[in-house]
Amino acid sequence: METITAKPVDTAHLDYVLRLADSALILGQRLSEWCGHGPVIEEDIALANTALDLIGQARLLLAHAGMLEGRGRDEDALAFLRPEHEYRSLTICELPNEDFGRTVLRNLLVSALQMQLWPALADSTDKQLAAIAGKSIKESRYHLQHAADWVVRLGDGTAESQARMQHALDTLWPYTAEFFAPTATDEAAAAAGVGPSWATLAAGWEQAVAPVLEVATLKPPARTPFLSRGKEGRHSEHMGHLLAEMQYLQRSYPGARW
Amino acid sequence: MITAEQAWDVLARVADPEIPVISVTELGIVREVHAGETAVEVVVTPTYSGCPATEVIARSIVEALREAGAAEVRVETRLAPPWTTDWITPEAQEKLRRYGIAPPGRAAASAQAQPLAFVPRVDCPLCGSGNTERLSAFGATACKALYRCRACREPFEYFKPI
Repeated sequence: METITAKPVDTAHLDYVLRLADSALILGQRLSEWCGHGPVIEEDIALANTALDLIGQARLLLAHAGMLEGRGRDEDALAFLRPEHEYRSLTICELPNEDFGRTVLRNLLVSALQMQLWPALADSTDKQLAAIAGKSIKESRYHLQHAADWVVRLGDGTAESQARMQHALDTLWPYTAEFFAPTATDEAAAAAGVGPSWATLAAGWEQAVAPVLEVATLKPPARTPFLSRGKEGRHSEHMGHLLAEMQYLQRSYPGARW
Repeated sequence: MITAEQAWDVLARVADPEIPVISVTELGIVREVHAGETAVEVVVTPTYSGCPATEVIARSIVEALREAGAAEVRVETRLAPPWTTDWITPEAQEKLRRYGIAPPGRAAASAQAQPLAFVPRVDCPLCGSGNTERLSAFGATACKALYRCRACREPFEYFKPI
């Protein structure tokens, strides 16, 4: 009889890495939709480059997640062949881009979160995760600077751009509650020294985002009980459509390469 | 077989695919070279996470070392410590400038920068004037931004310090 020996998978650890990986992947996919559609060529290039960085981060993180999972799935299998409920991305990442203003505002909110996460992961007991974080921090810092620059320009801009940015903030802000909502994954990952519980990052994130919004003359709406749960695999109606497009090629032509 | 020293010499002639005036060793991405009985192992640290040149570079390294007589070549990717533009040699910074790309200078300053109003002063690689303006925060490759000189009116690329 064949003996199967397998290490039990640390699900919280895997879940934690997938959350980081999938958020980068799904936001990268959304931003890549701008390629060829930017309002000016400089920003078309900026969003494509940001997408490229995020997908690069996702690739490293997914490859690592595949190792942790130990079932032989590589980064491509994890990116393209999972069903919707297995993605651990934040719901905000899958929301449609809408206009350029909303896109850069989301980039501000998410990259500010990444800028809290990456430094905190430098001391992770997971050395590969710490290495990926150390690399990603340089990229996210630039994304944050670029997004903040545009949020200020458009927020503190014309009456039309200000109104659209405020509307974008009113729409996106409720989804940021998910960033810091405590979960069993956070608790277990923090206890094991994998990474911080995201709830502990809330104050630092607000301190980074608030001054930018203030200069941009934008006011975050009051917090409500609304809580999205993408990081637990419960996604919005937009996720299925996004995955249909993203997974189409690998589903139709399994193993296709170029 | 070839020695580690010979391998370094070979690698010093492997050009970066996007910026062919500098080599992969001048770019600072080759961290270690180990020459064994049958195989040469090269440790490479990638520049940007999503840089498409990374795979081309790995292939170029394998080809160049095979051509130089290495029976087997392994390229290992190492992420930590992360690559910084501070690893670009001073000679290569000068080569970049002569090629028309403003070199990155020191990375430490940009790491301290606040998210708002961050635009570093960059000297024009063509006329040397500091009277320049940023046209685009991103450029033709992940590692560059686009600038214009107000003095000589020429546009130029700036290697972003990271």
